[in-house]
Amino acid sequence: MEFLNYGFMKNALLAVLIITPLFGILGTMIVNNRMAFFSDALGHSALTGMAIGVLLGFSGTGVPMLLFALAFALLLTYMKRKSTASTDTLISVFSSLGTAIGLVVLSRGGNFSKYSALLVGDILSITAKEILYLLGALVLTLVFWLVFFNRLHAVSVNQSLAKSKGISVRLIEDLFAMLIAVIVMLSIRWVGILIINALLILPAAASANISSNMREYHLFSVILSVASGVLGLVLSYYLNAAAGPTIVIVSAVFFLVTLLAKPFFAE
Amino acid sequence: MFADSEKKKKKKERKALRERAGHLSERAACGLHCIKMTDIGVYAGKTPIIEHVNLHIHCGKLTAVIGRNGAGKSTLIKAILGERAHTGTIEFRDMKENKMKKLRIGYVPQHLNIKKDAPVSVYDLFASCISNVPVFLLRKKALYDKITSRLALFEAEGLIDKKLGDLSGGELQRVLLSIACTPVPNLLLLDEPISGVDQKGMELFYETIHGLKEKYDLSVILVSHDLALVKEYADSVILLDKTVLCEGTPQAVMESSQFHEIFG
Repeated sequence: MEFLNYGFMKNALLAVLIITPLFGILGTMIVNNRMAFFSDALGHSALTGMAIGVLLGFSGTGVPMLLFALAFALLLTYMKRKSTASTDTLISVFSSLGTAIGLVVLSRGGNFSKYSALLVGDILSITAKEILYLLGALVLTLVFWLVFFNRLHAVSVNQSLAKSKGISVRLIEDLFAMLIAVIVMLSIRWVGILIINALLILPAAASANISSNMREYHLFSVILSVASGVLGLVLSYYLNAAAGPTIVIVSAVFFLVTLLAKPFFAE
Repeated sequence: MFADSEKKKKKKERKALRERAGHLSERAACGLHCIKMTDIGVYAGKTPIIEHVNLHIHCGKLTAVIGRNGAGKSTLIKAILGERAHTGTIEFRDMKENKMKKLRIGYVPQHLNIKKDAPVSVYDLFASCISNVPVFLLRKKALYDKITSRLALFEAEGLIDKKLGDLSGGELQRVLLSIACTPVPNLLLLDEPISGVDQKGMELFYETIHGLKEKYDLSVILVSHDLALVKEYADSVILLDKTVLCEGTPQAVMESSQFHEIFG
């Protein structure tokens, strides 16, 4: 446990212990709702959010990124409802556009390297105050889950069925999209645009392989997420490699193991 | 002789089914509730998908909506559910007390938007639809028992812990039907609820519906492609093609010139 002698490693471990259960929970409904593309697009839109912040001369880019992501999430949800075009295509278009605009603005004058940490994330640089923000995000998600989970779940299974039970489908969809936007933006600097979706999707997808109901699904997803986070962080320290990608590799290994174990969990 | 006893056996089975369905409610259909839809229209931009649809439905009746593909049947269902914006009015009137009431709708969907191996049990879906006890955290005994008893009305109590993806077409249908009937609705909407079910399952399904509306205080609107079953079980039929082309008893509609124009 020598790595814990370093303050930055302590902070990183704390951050991982907050982010991973959070992603484990949130990921379950992203996977069930087939929203993987959506959360990925949101991650990419962080570049444009940051670019807008830079253009407007904000000192920190957190607030403009958050506001842009919220608007982006609601826009995507609105387009999904209105358009008859395939949702995947639509989201891809917006995702590419979000990335491109951000890259164009941020690379002007040739100093994009200043922002490249956004791509792979840097969990070792997290401060105590920022850990508190993450804790806030975890609490927000837990409260949302306790209050809205059943309705969100009903909507994901069949919208008309949910509607017939008096659930306001649009409100739930919008709230969930906004929640994803908030969580993605609060964690993107530590996790990185290229990696965030893997961390959201892999634990839940792995858990789905071995679960037969919602309780198992959540329990295994959180356990697998936390395990890959801690294991990945420790490995990255000894390998002297970037933490985020190492965590993703561990998650992917867990996923493959559950995939192989799947036949043994089916009745 | 043999055919005769088969018939008798079948009749007995059907009677038992109807009686079971009847236990859902002590009240018999009174015919004193009615649902009146006036000038319903749904538009995509300015293009009408359906328009000027008028329907009048009394409790205890099964109304079948038939029509070619793209005639607007599912759109009508979505308008009634309030899922699609529509013009016109839907009123639910209690003629005994002569006042308007809020219409409670039960809906049986065509299919579910879940992957075959999704970790969703029957309990999870049922509880999500009728309660706010978070299914990802708790399995409350009282709720579990309530759901079991509701499932039992459709002979589906043994399925409560099964994954939705492991159910057969007929089993899923019975589960969805018991969700739609919890709490007891005034109007039951069935949107082609018989895909992936064999002939015997289909007949059982219709028998159950038949029993429900006979003994219950509820109306049924059914979208269906199966004209033979519609003929046997519907009290009235609506032929839809953007608007109501023809309505009446199954026989009257199926002998109409409009029916022959569409179904040949």
